[in-house]
Amino acid sequence: MQHEAVLEMRGIYKSFYSVKALQNVDFTLRKGEIHALMGENGAGKSTLIKVLTGVHPKDAGEVFLEGKPIDIRSPEEAQKNGISTVYQEITLCPNLTVAENMYIGRTKGVFTNWKEMRAGATEMLESLGIPAKAEQQLGSCSIAVQQMVAIARAVDMDCKVLILDEPTSSLDESEVAKLFRLMLDLKSRGVGIIFVTHFLDQVYEVCDRITVLRDGHLVGEYEIEKLPRVELVSKMLGKELDDLADIKGDSSSEYAESQEIVYEADGLSSTAGIKPFDFSIHKGEVNGFTGLLGSGRSECVRAIFGADKVISGKVMIDGKEARISKPRDAMKHGIGYLPEDRKRDGIVGDLSVRENIILALQVMKGFFGPISRQKAEEFADEYIKLLDIKTASSDTPVKSLSGGNQQKVILARWLLTNPQYLILDEPTRGIDIGTKVEIQKLVLKLAGEGKSVTFISSEIDEMLRTCSRLIVMRDRKAVGELSGDELTQSNIMNTIAGGDNK
Amino acid sequence: MTASTLKMKTLSIVRKQIFIPIAALLILVVFNLIADPSFFKITYSLSSDGSPILSGYLITILDNASELAILAIGMTLVTAASGGQDISVGAAIAISGSVVLRVLCGDNPRPEEMQASILTAFLISCLVSMLFGAFNGTLVAYFNIQPMIATLILYTAGRSIAAWINNNRLPIISDPSFGYFGTFFPGIPIPTPIFIAVLCMLIIALVLKFTTLGLYTQAVGINPNSAKLNGINPQLVKFITYVIMGLCVAVAGFIKVTRFSTINYSVVAADIEMDAILAVALGGNVLSGGRFNMAASILGAYVIQFLTTTLFKFNVSSAALPAYKAVVVIVLVVLSAPAVREKIGKLRKKITASRLGKEAV
Repeated sequence: MQHEAVLEMRGIYKSFYSVKALQNVDFTLRKGEIHALMGENGAGKSTLIKVLTGVHPKDAGEVFLEGKPIDIRSPEEAQKNGISTVYQEITLCPNLTVAENMYIGRTKGVFTNWKEMRAGATEMLESLGIPAKAEQQLGSCSIAVQQMVAIARAVDMDCKVLILDEPTSSLDESEVAKLFRLMLDLKSRGVGIIFVTHFLDQVYEVCDRITVLRDGHLVGEYEIEKLPRVELVSKMLGKELDDLADIKGDSSSEYAESQEIVYEADGLSSTAGIKPFDFSIHKGEVNGFTGLLGSGRSECVRAIFGADKVISGKVMIDGKEARISKPRDAMKHGIGYLPEDRKRDGIVGDLSVRENIILALQVMKGFFGPISRQKAEEFADEYIKLLDIKTASSDTPVKSLSGGNQQKVILARWLLTNPQYLILDEPTRGIDIGTKVEIQKLVLKLAGEGKSVTFISSEIDEMLRTCSRLIVMRDRKAVGELSGDELTQSNIMNTIAGGDNK
Repeated sequence: MTASTLKMKTLSIVRKQIFIPIAALLILVVFNLIADPSFFKITYSLSSDGSPILSGYLITILDNASELAILAIGMTLVTAASGGQDISVGAAIAISGSVVLRVLCGDNPRPEEMQASILTAFLISCLVSMLFGAFNGTLVAYFNIQPMIATLILYTAGRSIAAWINNNRLPIISDPSFGYFGTFFPGIPIPTPIFIAVLCMLIIALVLKFTTLGLYTQAVGINPNSAKLNGINPQLVKFITYVIMGLCVAVAGFIKVTRFSTINYSVVAADIEMDAILAVALGGNVLSGGRFNMAASILGAYVIQFLTTTLFKFNVSSAALPAYKAVVVIVLVVLSAPAVREKIGKLRKKITASRLGKEAV
């Protein structure tokens, strides 16, 4: 047992149904260090955190806090023992003040000393350098500050171990910098911080050590200086990373020069508040909408699919005029749509993987044409194999799969309908690098087979790798179109920013 | 090896949803076997007009549970799709029964002969019930009103509407052929409602097999956004479940009025909505919508009737009956609650794990 370890987990096992989520995992956190927990989706990061915080009971293993064995059965117990968690989504109450949020559930007795509470909160905020006032409503602070308040609350409860579960995913760069300053400050006070993130840059910016998990196993614990990025990625993936930049080259499509227009819209707009836009896509083409979050790129594809109410515009499919007023119409014309928010719009959580895969095809077959159980199983097994979906069986509820695998299930759902035009809105968000590459390759393969794909991603390099044409959106308006040699990172940035309006 | 596979099999049955109503039924059966085995005796005799009939507690249970089983079908679908329950079914039964009598009696409450064929009367009551179902469905699906609030309207008004349909008179049908549907057809020893209930179950089984109603209602109940983006119209699906509920109500109402050839507006099918909801809950279905198991719901209906009949048999006064029932219901519902089941599952896992651990040592 290391001397300075504040937290030690030894030989942790945990399985759900027949999925072994953690097998013999060790984890050590030292006093005053920032320790990154890395791994692909489904590697067991969240499960390990949840075991530590008592959300899930462990099947086997031991946990030591400052050398003493402890058995944590609930998040409250974890908190009492000084283990606090700040999640990606803010779990505080936006309509209460900052001070109230910091003390909620912690006051003793029926009466509250408001004055003392405010004073305590102000002191805490000042000492951590958080730009918020105790009397301020939490909802009026920026997301980053809200996150910091959550951290302040955790720190104020005498925490020894602070777990930050993807805290930076909704922050912009300057906010991330502020958060890091706070983390470093806490580190100097001797708090051990577990940092879970997908962003490699951030890991190398603030962390001291990295623990890598893969498929529920511990890969190893490394000091940050001794583990170059490429090695980290290959450890996470368990293989040497494909040369990402190359994937476009090796699938140059025979349809690349095709001028056959599959879908064409003229002055399309919807109730979601986008300015009328023109759009078309050729057979075998991969194009994309790009722009900042909220620029209207998702609203455009929703209008194409009929997901929002279309209020104007003319649509031509294969040269014939078509009316798409609801998703069903779009599906009949061979359009598939993978929505941006997988949990809210994509999966049907309680239904099995099988039922989720056949859903769209089933709807197209109509009310009186149910797919037989046997046929459904064949379809499901085929796509589970084809897309390498990691699931215990096709009967498993889809909500128990990891994010990347859920995304693959939705992809399978649309591939099964054999669409001629597939719209993928942020198919790679929140999923691991390996699956990202797989999905990008799949997109290019589909294009090679003569299908048209519209691809949206927040990561511009991902768009550059896959798309041959980009429509740039700004303030709910299409402001430019880039293709061929114009497709460079700086060109896109300029168009998004509006410096050079083409 | 075979022992362990057998164990696995029993475990998988235990984990299945339908295990709850089956277990409840078994407990009731065993209790009655111990208390008084004659409970299960079925006698064959001749009725006063000379036709053969079967009688006994089991027959009574199967007979009396018919309405509830039929309602459980509709209630399961409504629950799955809209995540709420229709509490107006008792009142709606009064309406549908009243319509049947009104069509058969015309203006005279004590007609010498029926003014229309029984089939016509039944079909008209189906239509009326489905219209009321459509009313509920519109409020829930298109106006987004919580099912319990939406159906509260008809729950409150239904029995007055039923009385108003017959000008608050109590019509009585003297033609014996009308009563055949609620009692026995001459020469057939099994009560007719049992046949009607079985027919309804067959129909719903066929509908679930040959249409996508099951998948649609579940998808809509779990995630309406996602259902919509996959081409399903969530509002229409919810609406349809309420119309189907209306049809179930019409059939149940028809059985109710044919049992006595008359109707009592304020008492007929009183509180049956609660039993129907309970049947769905007993079947282990989540009352907030989503996945459902139709067979378990229907079995739940029979368990409730089994319980009622058992209590009657032990001379529990009808005033005290609901209290006794409540106790049993508490136990059953608590045991079938997902949280409790999860705990039990964990406990079982722990036991097996510690046993395995010992074996390993």
